[in-house]
Amino acid sequence: MGGNSTYHFKNPVVRWFDSRLPMVSMVRAQLVDFPTPKNLNYWWTFGGIAAIMLVVQIISGVVLAMHYTPHVDHAFQSVEHIMRDVNYGWLIRYIHQNGASFFFIAVYIHMFRGLYYGSYKAPREILWMLGVIIMLLMMATAFMGYVLPWGQMSFWGATVITNLFSAIPFVGPAVVEWLWGGFSVDNPTLNRFFSLHYLLPFVIFAVVALHVWALHVPGNNNPTGVDVKSGKDTLPFHPYYTVKDLFAIVVFLALMMAFVTYAPNALGHPDNYIPADPLVTPAHIVPEWYFLPFYAILRAVPDKLGGVLLMFASIFVLFLLPWLDTSKVRSATFRPLYKIFFWVLFVVCLGLGYLGAAPAEGWYVIASQILTAYYFAHFLIILPLLGLIETPRPLPASISESVLGKGGGAAPAAAAAAPEKRG
Amino acid sequence: MTHTGMISVLRRAGLASAVAGGLLFAGANLAQAAGKAPTPPSQDWTFSGMFGTFDKGQLQRGFQVYKEVCASCHAMSLVKYRNLSQDGGPGFTEDQVVAIAAEYTVMDGPDEFGDMFEREAKPFDAFASPFENEQQARASNNGAYPVDLSVIAKARKNGPNYLYALLTGYVDPPAGEEMREGMSYNAYFPGYQIAMAAPLFEEGVEYTDGSPMTVEQYAADVTAFLMWTAEPKLEHRKRLGFQILMFMLVFSGLLYLSKKKLWSEVDH
Repeated sequence: MGGNSTYHFKNPVVRWFDSRLPMVSMVRAQLVDFPTPKNLNYWWTFGGIAAIMLVVQIISGVVLAMHYTPHVDHAFQSVEHIMRDVNYGWLIRYIHQNGASFFFIAVYIHMFRGLYYGSYKAPREILWMLGVIIMLLMMATAFMGYVLPWGQMSFWGATVITNLFSAIPFVGPAVVEWLWGGFSVDNPTLNRFFSLHYLLPFVIFAVVALHVWALHVPGNNNPTGVDVKSGKDTLPFHPYYTVKDLFAIVVFLALMMAFVTYAPNALGHPDNYIPADPLVTPAHIVPEWYFLPFYAILRAVPDKLGGVLLMFASIFVLFLLPWLDTSKVRSATFRPLYKIFFWVLFVVCLGLGYLGAAPAEGWYVIASQILTAYYFAHFLIILPLLGLIETPRPLPASISESVLGKGGGAAPAAAAAAPEKRG
Repeated sequence: MTHTGMISVLRRAGLASAVAGGLLFAGANLAQAAGKAPTPPSQDWTFSGMFGTFDKGQLQRGFQVYKEVCASCHAMSLVKYRNLSQDGGPGFTEDQVVAIAAEYTVMDGPDEFGDMFEREAKPFDAFASPFENEQQARASNNGAYPVDLSVIAKARKNGPNYLYALLTGYVDPPAGEEMREGMSYNAYFPGYQIAMAAPLFEEGVEYTDGSPMTVEQYAADVTAFLMWTAEPKLEHRKRLGFQILMFMLVFSGLLYLSKKKLWSEVDH
C-alpha cells in the first residue's frame, strides 16, 4: 500500500500534498487502478457489502448511543423512548437491529464463498485469518449489543453466555465475577457491555483495514482459482467493480430495508420486549439466529467445559484451515469431490442452526452430536485426505482463456464446465 | 394459607416481596413448560400487509375497552396521553386529549415547600398506572402481576392473533383439569391456567358508534389498540418502506444497466 508514487498529478496543490503524504496516489493505486481479475462473480460482492454494513452499523449505532441510557432501570425505557419520541428513532433502531443480522448474512456468505473457491490458500492465509478475527469480534460485539435493550433475552442471554466462563478450571467463578463486575449480571455488567459495544466496532474497522491491506498484496482470488498471469486477466477496480459492487450493495440494502420496514421484529425474539426480570427465567433461552450453529455445538456436549471448548474450537479450526486443506487446487470448480463435501458442510451448518433453536432434548441432542462431529471431521479428516486422493480436473491456463472459452468456440473443457460463473 | 397471606408473612419475615413473586412465577413457568397451547388462528387485521393502516374508529373503541376494562389492573406506562392525537393513531383531537388526561390525577412535585402534590394529568403525562408499584399490584391480584401492556403486542409470539385468541379463549376447563385457586382456564394461555379472570363480557362496554357490543368485537378492538401502542409508528414505517423500496428498485435498475453497458465491452 502506498510507497513511492508513480503518478504525476497536474494540479500543483495535489502534487504538493501527495509528495508529502501520498494519500491521493494510494487511493488511486488501490481503489481506482487496482488490477482485479475480470471473472469475479456476484459472490465476490459480499466483501464490499459487509464493509458497507459495518459503516451502517457504526453510523446508526452512534446516533442510538446519543439517546440510549445504559442503566438497568432506564435501558428498556430509553430504547422505547427512541422508538416513540426521537425523530425517526424507530427507523434508526430497526436499521441497527436488522443491520446486525444482515451484517452476519453478508459475512457468512463471504466466508462460504472463500471456502468454495479456496480463497484461504497460499498466499492468502493471513487474509483469511484476519477475516476469522473479524468474525470473532463481530460475535462479541453483537452479543453485547443484544444485551443493551435489557429485555428478558438480553438479560438471560448475558447470564448464560457469561456463565460459560465458569467452566474454566479453578479460576472460572472468579473470572465470571470479574466479567460481571459483581455477583450477577447487573448494572455494572450492562455498563461495561455498552462501553465495549461502542469500542469494538472501531477495532473491527481497524482489522478490516488490515484485511483489505492483506487482500491488496496478492490481489483477489477468482472463480477459477488460477493466479493472474498477465494484464489481460484483470480490469481496473474502478469503474468495473465499483459499479458492479454498488449494484449488489443497493440490492442487498433493499432486502434489508424490506425487513426494517415490513417485518422489523421477524428476526428477533418477542421475549426481548419484556423488560429484564432476574427472577423470571424464560421457557427457552435462545440466542440470535446467527449464533445458533455455535449454540448447537455448545449444547451437543453433556459436559459444560467440553461444550465450551468445542464451541471455541469450531471457530479456532478455521484458523488452521489453510494448512488442513492439502489440495493445491483452489477452486471447487475443478475439485469434483470437494465440491460435494462443501455442500454437505453447508447443509450441516444450516442443520446445526436449526438444532440450536430446538430444545436440548431427545433426538435433537443426538442429531446435534452427529452434525458437530461431522463439522470437525470435515476440517480435520476430510480436507487433509481429500487433497491426497482427489484427482482435480484440468485447470485453464489463465483467467482470460477460461473467460474466452465460456463464449463457445475453442473452449477448454474444464473452463466451460464452470456453471456458477456469472457476471 | 392463601398466596396473599403467604406473601405478607414473607414480607414480615424481612424477605423481599419480589422474591415471593419470583417463586410464584417459577411455579407458573413450570406450568408453561409443561403445557403447550395451540397456535392462535390468524385474524384479518387492517394493519397487516404492505399497505396496512389502523382503523381510527377501531383504535378509539379499543382505547375505550382498555380504559374501562384493562386499565383497572394493567399499566401502560410507555404511552403518553399526547400520543392519542398523533399521526397514525386513534385520531383524537388535542382538545379531546386534554379532556381525557384531565380524568386522571398524577403525583407531582416536590413543590417549593418540598411537598408532593396531586394534580390533573396533562397530555405530556404517561398513562396513569392503576397501582403505585408492583407489590401493590400483586397484593390486589392474588399474587400475580398484571403486566404493563405498552408493548405486549410485540412481546408475545404472533402478538395480535395471540391476544385476540387469549381474550376470546376463556372456556370451561376440560373434565379432570385440576384448577389452582383463583385461576381461570384459557384455551390459548401457555399452561392453560391464567390468573386473569375473563375480562370481557357482552355489552360490558357501551359503544356509541353502533359497533356490535360482543366479546369478539371488544377483543378485536382492544387488540388493534394494543398493536398501536406497541407500534405507534407502524403506518409511517410502512408508507416510508414502500417509498424506499420503490426508490431502490429504480436506483438498482439504473445501476444494473450501467454495469451491463460498462461490462459489455470486455470478455468476462
